[in-house]
Amino acid sequence: MAVDLLIPTALRAFTDGKSEASLEGKTAGEVVAALADAYPDIRQHLYEEDASLRSFINVYVGETNIKNAGGLDTPVPDGGTVMLVPAIAGGAGARQADMPFCGGGGRP
Amino acid sequence: MITFAAGAADAIRAEGEKTYPHECCGAILGRVTDPGISGGFGLREAEAVVPVENAREPEAQYHRFVIEADDVMRVELAARRQGLDVLGFYHSHPDHPARPSEYDHEHALPFYSYVIVAVEKGRAAALTSWRLTADRSGFIEEETEARG
Repeated sequence: MAVDLLIPTALRAFTDGKSEASLEGKTAGEVVAALADAYPDIRQHLYEEDASLRSFINVYVGETNIKNAGGLDTPVPDGGTVMLVPAIAGGAGARQADMPFCGGGGRP
Repeated sequence: MITFAAGAADAIRAEGEKTYPHECCGAILGRVTDPGISGGFGLREAEAVVPVENAREPEAQYHRFVIEADDVMRVELAARRQGLDVLGFYHSHPDHPARPSEYDHEHALPFYSYVIVAVEKGRAAALTSWRLTADRSGFIEEETEARG
């Protein structure tokens, strides 16, 4: 059963630049696992050591967050869409908490 | 380097002033024109900014922001419909320098441009952009340019 999985820009470095992948799976968990099998380098960014999903990764089936459905067991309809969505947060933090920098100049 | 289309950087500054003394936040949409395969950060062009509601509780918004997953999902879908990429996210630092905090570091992902605008006593000041290193060891400032 083919399902389209949409990959956010932040993770495309691990999918050869692809923004989506056609994968097999009947549940959200199976589809995400199929992505990790196809692109092993992405696995560490999706899963904790205990194989649970990392807290900053959200998975949507259609426009439904699986946290509000059946979790990784949420069924995916044939031809459906699964989407990985990163959590986004930050802020100025404590006034003394600025972090050290690697340097400037716009080069990694 | 990240280049802002005319009005895009000013829109971030205006949003920072509007939400002061709370942090504003939003997404940056555009195109990667040079992925920087040779080792650099490459070039990216920010064509639009999308303000998003800061979902943190009001008493924490002076130094924290969070974008709800549903909002990130909608922004991602909107970008795809327009043929654009989500290049990164912006937020303001009210009465705090435009430099990432340790809290920013803990929540950052590689690839994204993290644009920060300092807002000093209600007036927008420095606007900077930062990229997390691939090994998550720290941020490197990304050169910025505003058109028109």
